Amino acid sequence: MADLTTNFIGIKSPNPFWLASAPPTDKEYNVRRAFEAGWGGVVWKTLGSEGPPVVNVNGPRYGAIYGADRRLLGLNNIELITDRPLEVNLREIKSVKRDYKDRALIISLMVPCDEDSWKDILHRIEDTEADGIELNFGCPHGMAERGMGSAVGQVPEYIEMVTRWCKQYSRMPVIVKLTPNITDIRRPAEAAHRGGADAVSLINTINSITSVDLDLFAPEPTIDGKGTHGGYCGPAVKPIALNMVAEIARSPVTRGMPISGIGGVTTWRDAAEFMALGAGNVQVCTAAMTYGFKVVQEMISGLSDYMDRKGFTSTDALVGRAVPNVTDWQYLNLNYVTKAVINQDDCIKCGRCYAACEDTSHQAIAMSEDRIFTVKDEECVACNLCLDVCPVEGCITMRELGKGEVDPRTDRPVGDYANWTTHPNNPSSQAAE
Amino acid sequence: MTTSQLTPGIVPGRLKADDYCTNFADVAPPLDRHEARVAADRCYFCHDAPCVTACPTAIDIPLFIRQIATDTPVAAAKTILAQNILGGMCARVCPTENLCEGSCVRETAEGKPVEIGALQRFATDTLMASGIHPFTRAAATGKSVAVVGAGPSGLACAHRLAMLGHEVKIYDAQPKAGGLNEFGIAAYKAPGDFAAAEVAWLMKIGGISVVTGWRLGRDGSVESLAADHDAVFLGMGLAGVNALGLPGEALAHVTPATDFIHDLRQATDLASLPVGRDVVVIGGGMTAVDAAVQSRLLGAENVTIVYRRSRGEMPASWHEQDHATANGVRIITNAAPVALHGQGALSEVEFAYTQAGAKGLELTEQTFRLKADQCFTAIGQTLSGQPEALKLDGRKIAVTGPGRTSRAGVWAGGDCAAGGDDLTVTAVAEGRDAALDIHASLTGGANG
Ligand SMILES: Cc1cc2nc3c(=O)[nH]c(=O)nc-3n(C[C@H](O)[C@H](O)[C@H](O)COP(=O)(O)OP(=O)(O)OC[C@H]3O[C@@H](n4cnc5c(N)ncnc54)[C@H](O)[C@@H]3O)c2cc1C
Ligand SMILES: Cc1cc2nc3c(=O)[nH]c(=O)nc-3n(C[C@H](O)[C@H](O)[C@H](O)COP(=O)(O)O)c2cc1C
Ligand code: SF4
Repeated sequence: MADLTTNFIGIKSPNPFWLASAPPTDKEYNVRRAFEAGWGGVVWKTLGSEGPPVVNVNGPRYGAIYGADRRLLGLNNIELITDRPLEVNLREIKSVKRDYKDRALIISLMVPCDEDSWKDILHRIEDTEADGIELNFGCPHGMAERGMGSAVGQVPEYIEMVTRWCKQYSRMPVIVKLTPNITDIRRPAEAAHRGGADAVSLINTINSITSVDLDLFAPEPTIDGKGTHGGYCGPAVKPIALNMVAEIARSPVTRGMPISGIGGVTTWRDAAEFMALGAGNVQVCTAAMTYGFKVVQEMISGLSDYMDRKGFTSTDALVGRAVPNVTDWQYLNLNYVTKAVINQDDCIKCGRCYAACEDTSHQAIAMSEDRIFTVKDEECVACNLCLDVCPVEGCITMRELGKGEVDPRTDRPVGDYANWTTHPNNPSSQAAE
Repeated sequence: MTTSQLTPGIVPGRLKADDYCTNFADVAPPLDRHEARVAADRCYFCHDAPCVTACPTAIDIPLFIRQIATDTPVAAAKTILAQNILGGMCARVCPTENLCEGSCVRETAEGKPVEIGALQRFATDTLMASGIHPFTRAAATGKSVAVVGAGPSGLACAHRLAMLGHEVKIYDAQPKAGGLNEFGIAAYKAPGDFAAAEVAWLMKIGGISVVTGWRLGRDGSVESLAADHDAVFLGMGLAGVNALGLPGEALAHVTPATDFIHDLRQATDLASLPVGRDVVVIGGGMTAVDAAVQSRLLGAENVTIVYRRSRGEMPASWHEQDHATANGVRIITNAAPVALHGQGALSEVEFAYTQAGAKGLELTEQTFRLKADQCFTAIGQTLSGQPEALKLDGRKIAVTGPGRTSRAGVWAGGDCAAGGDDLTVTAVAEGRDAALDIHASLTGGANG
């Protein structure tokens, strides 16, 4: 069993699986059970200022998107930050941390965007013995209307300013949690970096309406006939999150800045992908909310098996390993040629590849009277659609043509690496030779 | 006097009252909404789907399953019924293991097809429960068509003709419409008087009248019908039965399986229906299986099916054979009856083992006897009251294309017509297609 211990900005945890700041980490009762189940760390549900806590709606606060067999693929919420009194949360945090010294316990914070408010809250959490703080600049609904959450996260100057205050008034490591509801994720990450943040975490939820009640004509979840946009999370957002993590990891300005990866992590594999793209650890919310705390056991065993298989003795060997391979489109090798191959033994003859290729791609699959499906190499552009729609994993694969092998589609032999920057069709190509 | 499974001879009431309810309950209980959604999710929405090809009525199966998956079961039912107006009965009785489900790609992938039959039932039950009849009639054409037989082929033909604006008169020898749906199909496949309910629902289209107790050959002829109507469709099934042609066949308690099933289907109290303690069924098709299984369910102690060829050659599907054995029926293959023994009433049936010979099946010297106080013969039905002047193909009415007989203006379909399997769904397809052809010919359409 591989050693999964991680040291993230000086915060140690027995494994890289943390629960993200959300309902699973809202109270001592949950967090203790999460630690018992094996979670390496938790980011406590976001705390607000001293005073009467916020109130939540009293009707439904979640909406969902499903895949086959009602598997939850995306979750949307209109929940606010903790609605429990600050003192209660602080007392509980202290009590839990006392009993779980080996686990990471981070406090998430969101207070109004002025220096006094931040100074005050940082002072109040001082003696909880928590390992660090995470600044919630991400919540896209409710709190944003009050000038907090993503309203701050969308303005790089505010991010930098608040981060600076936190570094000034607290001894704790500072993680800045970013909102994806912006056009270029690198800007807020750079701002956090300038403000002196120890790390960024991302993504928070994506602004969304999951569905519309077609009788009430109102967005869901519906509160007394009305609905509002909420924050989208779960497996559906993983691709968006992975890209954002990779953008920060490969940007010259933020390269090397520690990242806590969040967004749709559901299995060990998702976690490993985030880590390969530069995340030092991952945070999980929807998977725990869907399946309970126990899912972490699969994540731990899966990641550990994978690391053993790869001969990685520490998570450091995995973190960022895929970053050098994330590049711009213009540098992709245009002389890399593959062809789809259908394994007839595995084929169940559903014809999905045929419908997909014939109707929407390149008419590169032939269908015989007796439902034998074969790829026409002279038409196949290797788009991958057939493979993507095939219900049998591994039935359709891509074969790479060897150097010098003639591509029957273009009648040209496969040549050496060459990309768009030097391509004759590119008006601004810098002539190679 | 109380009777039990062990009481010798042919007696009613072998079981406790409750047992009859349990035994004759729905053999494949309906899916509820949740189960239907889960089952529907498994469909891959195949291109040019093999299940559609395998369905004699060519229902657009991927489409109707997707309609169930998107929570529009009534739309799904319309997709089904537009192709097969008896989609409700077919969902219950089709040997799907040989048809749509047998060709499902998930049968290939996992040995577990999408439950097409059960999903079809879910959709059609939902629509029928709502009382909707989703079809309306075209403007009246002023033409009238005679349909002989109110079985699946006749009903499908009549419904399609009525939809197209023709007036239809169905003539049937029985006191009730439905054909074998009403008098033949195993009781546990369509409980709750479903056959009658479906006929009543089908009739809601309007324009169809039914004359019962009217027998072709006795009460009228093809020619008299042709004189009274603009076209005639014959869908009278196979009302006769093949005889064994063996010594002892006239003994008491040797009866055609179809008669036994007919009585069973019409019985108001199953406990009043007599059945033997030792029952032997001769044959290897669906009728043999149904007679055997239902004998067991009525309380017969020993029931044996004896078929002259091998297990693999039995016309009954593997699924039906399994159903028989699961219900305690013993299946003996490669044995043919040679004599029936008894004094006045049957006591034993004698068989000889068979082997494949140069000129087909041969009897061997090896014989055996099975104790039997009742024997059902299920060795095939035949065309009876054979319509005069129509060309035959073998022992059935010869047809070309969509059911055209040798006499102009007369069509035939279902079991009485040559070609196609003797199945409810095939009868529906043939009735429907003949109706379209009749319509074309009556309205001078391109096909006429
Ligand atoms: C016991 C049994 C079980 C079966 N089980 C199944 C099953 O599970 N699944 C399946 O798909 N198929 C099954 N079949 C076959 C299926 O029932 C038939 O293929 C189907 O009913 C044929 O329909 P049809 O309209 O051609 O004839 P029928 O259903 O036989 O209807 C013919 C109609 O014509 C009437 N008629 C007959 N002669 C005359 C006449 N001279 N004048 C007027 N009216 C007349 C009859 O009264 C009857 O109403 C079974 C058959 C039997 C016998
Ligand atoms: C392969 C692919 C190529 C696309 N190319 C374009 C494009 O060239 N221009 C464009 O406006 N949208 C493009 N789109 C986006 C689609 O038009 C559409 O907005 C998007 O897929 C979301 O809709 P859908 O998921 O419901 O299909 C493309 C989508 C796909 C999958
Ligand atoms: S890879 Fe694309 S073009 Fe090639 S066969 Fe598959 S779907 Fe068609």
